[in-house]
Amino acid sequence: MPKQLLKGNVAIAEAAVRAGCEAYFGYPITPQTELLEHMSERMIELDRVFLQAESEVAAINMVYGAASAGAKTMTSSSSPGVSLMQEGFSYIAGSQVPVVIVDVMRGGPGLGNIQPSQSDYHQVTKATGHGDYNAIVLAPSTIQEAIDLTVLAFDLAEKYRTLVFVIADGAIGQMMEPAELPPMRPVGSKRPDWALTGAKDRDVNIISSIYLGSDKLEAFNQELQKKLAIIRKEEVRYQELFLEDAKVVVLAFGTSARVAQTAVLRLREEGLPVGLFRPITVWPFPEKQVAQLAANAESLLVVEMNAGQMLYDIRAAIDTKIPISFLGRMGGAIPMPGEIEERIRTMLDNKIEPEISLWQESGNGHPSR
Amino acid sequence: MDTLVAEHEKLVYERPQALADVYTHYCPGCTHGTAHRIVAEVLDEMGLSERTILVASVGCSVFSYNYFNVDACEAAHGRAPAMATGIKRVNPDNIVFTYQGDGDLASIGMAEIVHVAGRGENITTVFINNAIYGMTGGQMAPTTLLGQKTTSSPFGRDAKLAGYPMRMAELLAVLPGTVYSVRRSLHDARHINQAKKAIRIAFEAQVRGLGFSLVELLSSCPTNWGMTPAEALEWVESDMVPAYPLGDYKVAEELEDLSKRKK
Amino acid sequence: MARGRIVIDVERCKGCELCRDACPKDVIELADELNAKGYRPVILLDPEHDCTGCALCAVVCPDACITVYRDIPQRQREASGHAQAVA
Repeated sequence: MPKQLLKGNVAIAEAAVRAGCEAYFGYPITPQTELLEHMSERMIELDRVFLQAESEVAAINMVYGAASAGAKTMTSSSSPGVSLMQEGFSYIAGSQVPVVIVDVMRGGPGLGNIQPSQSDYHQVTKATGHGDYNAIVLAPSTIQEAIDLTVLAFDLAEKYRTLVFVIADGAIGQMMEPAELPPMRPVGSKRPDWALTGAKDRDVNIISSIYLGSDKLEAFNQELQKKLAIIRKEEVRYQELFLEDAKVVVLAFGTSARVAQTAVLRLREEGLPVGLFRPITVWPFPEKQVAQLAANAESLLVVEMNAGQMLYDIRAAIDTKIPISFLGRMGGAIPMPGEIEERIRTMLDNKIEPEISLWQESGNGHPSR
Repeated sequence: MDTLVAEHEKLVYERPQALADVYTHYCPGCTHGTAHRIVAEVLDEMGLSERTILVASVGCSVFSYNYFNVDACEAAHGRAPAMATGIKRVNPDNIVFTYQGDGDLASIGMAEIVHVAGRGENITTVFINNAIYGMTGGQMAPTTLLGQKTTSSPFGRDAKLAGYPMRMAELLAVLPGTVYSVRRSLHDARHINQAKKAIRIAFEAQVRGLGFSLVELLSSCPTNWGMTPAEALEWVESDMVPAYPLGDYKVAEELEDLSKRKK
Repeated sequence: MARGRIVIDVERCKGCELCRDACPKDVIELADELNAKGYRPVILLDPEHDCTGCALCAVVCPDACITVYRDIPQRQREASGHAQAVA
């Protein structure tokens, strides 16, 4: 397929269509509304299911219904809307039906603004909803990757009967880049055996997340954890750049990683020993690979568009083996290559105190420097 | 039940097939059981079980998915209409119905029920109105009557504090997408038979692809009302029926043939 | 006058007594014994064969415990020639 200039939201939507999405339920919210709008046209054109729900609460429950009926289904939203969907996520996980969710993150908390951010990281990797479970979370940093990961999301959701997030930020959602779309997959295949289709010539199927006795619910939770353990083992994805001789390694995902990459490439041109480690799955988090960084690097710089969320996972993997520094922009601000470069130079000169505690204040009272 | 029909007899009534052979957890005399039974009878008579998907809701009827011999799922509180929408849109040939109580439908689920009606979603809702929250121990519901004492309105519902009872059959009838919206009662045999007829028409509306159908059933909650089952049904007749008049609030033209039949 | 009989699933019955209240012939009573769940179920107590098979009990029963039979009048039985008929 030839490359086309595509807007992120539209690319993700079209990728979902081509991946075989049969039903889309969503609600307008900036900065992902173009995804809904693209679906409103394409899904109807292709005689598939599109419905603008009355709210994100309704949308996720429609998705839950369609998934219970065995259809490939998805929704998309942005941070405040994703918060509304959390109860639904938990029910979906507890019922083990496949669902894809796209979160185009924006500045928060609260209504915040419509600028790009990465401040839903904790929400999607640790707290998608109540109860013990995790969703698979894929974090693209280019439009092409957003397309590829959207297709992967449907495959993983179906393979593991779980929920899969594709987290972009407002920048990826809105920007345009040349990218290649995948070929159209056929839809309308037979529904899975467990799906709700009418109990003709078989026992009834029941899709529920209720297990009343603690013995039953504990047993179910153990099964769920076993499934997550398999996912942790099999589905980690990441990208490494210049790690062989890097003294300072930058860790970032999504748009932060693109910006960091620019800084790293510039410094590399000067011959400075810098590298980049980019998680593509932020759940399962590449903890082994990150822990391994402590073997060769002298210090790490975590760059995020939040107050330090992936930072927690990195600290857990690294412990206190090597110092970790953090550079965060919040409220919809995007870091610039210049500030990252500057910080790395200071780290290479050993002129910066590593973070001992996230809450330790620097001279200006700001937790990040 | 394995009972022989003797030579000189005919079988007049037996337990419907669509009801699962499971002991229910409902309190003695709870009209949830009656409602389940008449829905099951309709499914049997219309031969719909193999096509039907039930979306169970949260309330005393949370385990209704165990009590019907049909595919079923459990929705989050209030969200059954949305879940039903998702199912019906991808499986339009299935008969999809929600079974909801007054908290589920008229409180937390108010947006979802109004919007399925607004969209004219081709599903059916069986709405159990017993003017109280049973499952959680007897709190006030949006349908609780003025002056009615509940655990969260211990001095009796006061309109100034907590507003007025919600009349859902009327509310939803206003919307063009609603093709059938009626209120019946389960307080005696005659009314139960009328309720069953209404449920039949509601499912017919879905089979005919007409739009949204709702049957509101005035029901009892002996346990949380602090009454015997018989007293509770008397209270439905004496107090609930005046507050929630029985009747047909919306009957689409296409259903009038069914609605007017005397049999 | 038609005659009938009912069969009650006493283990399913919760003793709510709605059938007893609905019965126009007063042939339904609470049993003296408890069932396995600890309820006093109802039983048919009809020594005079007063039950007409009207099925009002079955209509009001929330637990669908009751099966109802009705005698086929002698004339009908002879006319149809069927030994057994099911409604």
